[in-house]
Amino acid sequence: MSAHVEHAEPGVLKKYLWSTDHKVIAMQYLFTGMAMALLGGFFAYGFRMQLGFPDHSVPGLGLITPGKYNALVTMHGSIMIFWVAMPVLIAAFGNFLIPLMVGCDDMAFPRINRLSYQIFLLSVLVLLASFFVKGGPFGGAWTAYPPLSASGAYNLTPAGAVMWLLAVALEFVAFLLGGINFTVTAMNSRAPGMKMYDIPILVWMIVLANVIFMASVGPLIAGAIMLLFDQTMATGFYDPTRGGDPLLWQHLFWFFGHPEVYVVLLPAMGIVAEIIAVFARKKIFGYKTVLYTAWAVGFLSFVVWAHHQFVAGIDPRMANIFSITTLLISIPIAEMVFLYIATLYGGSIHLDTPMLWALGFVVEFLIGGVTGIFLGSSGTDIYLHDTYFLIAHFHYTFVPIAIIATFAALTFWYPKMFGRMLNETLGKIHFWGTIIPFNVIFIPLFITGIAGDQRRVYNYALFAEQSRPELQHLRTVSTIALLFMLAFQLVFLFNFFWSFRHGREAGANPWRSATLEWTVPSPPPHGNFAVMPTVYRGPYEYGLPGHAEDFVPQNVPDSALAGEVKA
Amino acid sequence: MTTEAQAQAQPHVHHPNYVKVWAILVALLVVSVAGSLTHIRDVVLVAAFGVAVVKAYLVAKNFMHITVEKRWVPYLLIVCLLFVLILFAGVAPDVMHHSGLHWTNPSANQAAQPAGEGAKRE
Amino acid sequence: MSATAKPLANTRSGTGIPTARLITWWVIASEIVIFGGLLASYVMHRIGHPEWADAASHTNTWAGAFNTFVLLTSSLCAVLAHKAADAHDGPRAAKLLRLTSLGGLIFLCVKGFEWTADIHEGFVLSSGGFWSFYYTLAGLHGLHVLAGMIIMLIVAADAAKNQELQRVECIGLYWHFVDIVWIFLFPLLYIAR
Repeated sequence: MSAHVEHAEPGVLKKYLWSTDHKVIAMQYLFTGMAMALLGGFFAYGFRMQLGFPDHSVPGLGLITPGKYNALVTMHGSIMIFWVAMPVLIAAFGNFLIPLMVGCDDMAFPRINRLSYQIFLLSVLVLLASFFVKGGPFGGAWTAYPPLSASGAYNLTPAGAVMWLLAVALEFVAFLLGGINFTVTAMNSRAPGMKMYDIPILVWMIVLANVIFMASVGPLIAGAIMLLFDQTMATGFYDPTRGGDPLLWQHLFWFFGHPEVYVVLLPAMGIVAEIIAVFARKKIFGYKTVLYTAWAVGFLSFVVWAHHQFVAGIDPRMANIFSITTLLISIPIAEMVFLYIATLYGGSIHLDTPMLWALGFVVEFLIGGVTGIFLGSSGTDIYLHDTYFLIAHFHYTFVPIAIIATFAALTFWYPKMFGRMLNETLGKIHFWGTIIPFNVIFIPLFITGIAGDQRRVYNYALFAEQSRPELQHLRTVSTIALLFMLAFQLVFLFNFFWSFRHGREAGANPWRSATLEWTVPSPPPHGNFAVMPTVYRGPYEYGLPGHAEDFVPQNVPDSALAGEVKA
Repeated sequence: MTTEAQAQAQPHVHHPNYVKVWAILVALLVVSVAGSLTHIRDVVLVAAFGVAVVKAYLVAKNFMHITVEKRWVPYLLIVCLLFVLILFAGVAPDVMHHSGLHWTNPSANQAAQPAGEGAKRE
Repeated sequence: MSATAKPLANTRSGTGIPTARLITWWVIASEIVIFGGLLASYVMHRIGHPEWADAASHTNTWAGAFNTFVLLTSSLCAVLAHKAADAHDGPRAAKLLRLTSLGGLIFLCVKGFEWTADIHEGFVLSSGGFWSFYYTLAGLHGLHVLAGMIIMLIVAADAAKNQELQRVECIGLYWHFVDIVWIFLFPLLYIAR
């Protein structure tokens, strides 16, 4: 049955700005997210230049005053999580891939999909507008603890603080709307024959991420309303002198904040799963275990949040409990990594660029994970909290999630999205030029962190007890490595845009993958499938003995295969 | 795999006497208000919240037809409630109490004193 | 015939639940944690601040009780609208939905009078812990009532033409949820204060 509805060719405006097609909306999220990534990276450049070369004027930003520094770190953190990781990993790839991978023609509610992007765009505009108001953008850290975030007299960015909060709230609404749409589509709109365990892991992971997001963001929305009132209406929800409690914000924030990191982690792991199956020519080892483990991670993520608050003055008995749960959650994650390694074992490994990124994710995330153990135990955390050890830990988890997995996905699905292949040589140069500097940035920061360097300090020279000039060379090395890493992104940008026109034509299935998105033309037409597919098997049928090809797509009936089987 | 057309063709619920349900709900409302007029603390609380739980269940069962819905739907909603309870359990020791293991909040304790109930807990 | 053709994705039902109702349940699930978070925060503070009892005694129990009655009755109208839609009687469903909306309007008007009286007595959002929570809780709920009313009128407009009748049940589900939130807000803010 043809799903394509005939209508007149829309004008440019309708086609690209007002479209309800999930692929167009995906591109909108992707390009917005990538642009914000450049901004977030530029801000990191700003504050790392200050840390590496204190009190020198930074090209492009001038002298970094304390207020500017605070704004830079706040905006860097907020942008990277809310306006890069989430829109790219979940909204862009989710939008593009879910209908294709489950075998339908669009999302279940295309107009809600369009609305979610429009609200997201509004959140971007509100955030960008906050750069131009009196006082500048919010400088109270992405965690926005009151009383600092509630009082303009303290944070010195009163207008920026309100606008930041509104931008975050709008972003939450956009992702609630979008996420519910994805979940309903994955649950209801699957091709006939696609049972629960035939769904590609990535789709499961994005759906699970959306469910986790939806269940965890509610209390923070409540908390954000209270903070907004504290900022603008003279209430005292978080003011201890008026019967409020600043610790309430911390709890509401981290009740969301911790599940949030799994909201971004799970899609990244889904992306890696898809890629290693294809480039090891082997089905995912323990599909159901991966799935159940992911559900376990999702549930456990709701009971670990106060490990962010061990030194905030919470009741020490709660610290005991949260230490235990935090250490527990490392087990299912480790299990998922083991399953990926087991998938690779015995596979026919092809080290194309997407596979390099996927393997890079596993290695770097492993480092991030094990360093989390020291922070999850309340005893050691008392020393390590808010030092650069923590920063290095979460960058060893976040960068694999938001940067490495994104490049893995981009290099893997670029052919499907744009109909052209990216240049492999440039891809490999970009990969090594990112991974090596990334490690050179953050390993010194583990060292300075253990030595005691505190985060969110713009100039150690001003604090006698913290000023350790002998560590300055490490801070400088870290900054220089960042400059290299940023420079190598130019290679990617060139490759990305140059290949639009000059890349080799991709065809429908250049990677010889078994999932449904590779059965349609590249890029897919409006309506996706000329003939809506029926599914006959799971998504990872690789290396089947006796077949002419080393993979079997999900939508090929068994009868069509009979002739292929060799005697 | 059913299509929406099929799912819509036959109504998926049996419709009870809704006016009767409404009458019970209004009667329960009267009970809860009457309970509050007694000013006996335990009666007030049981009347207020006990009735609320019963009313919520009646609305969910009879108006929302949640008992006829696929099983996992009420389970999902209960899980969401469970998360709220987990939130409460994890936060109340800090926000609801004014002292704990090795800490006290003297100003909050003092503010509670005039009411006669805000005694320090061990 | 609605203006935009629906994609096949909208008409499939892998779970056996029509997509419109499925998305409504997910919306309700997300609202449980939003209201739950705010309510939990209030309950913690209220139990920890028994001295708020004095401020809390000034809420108008009769206005609250009347509003509870109004919402219960409007829920009755909503579910009767669902019954009418199931019988493919679009115009009757539309009429009942509009009655439900009217109930919402009465609720908001009573709240308006109530709050005007409170403000005249000097109790505003910033008047202290109890009142901050009171206005925030009831205000967030009121916003949901207003949003529900607007969506309901849009659904009614289509239903009157016997179109998109499946949406009658869905907006009804949302409305019942808003009713249930109030069923708990009423004792919290007006009785057991």
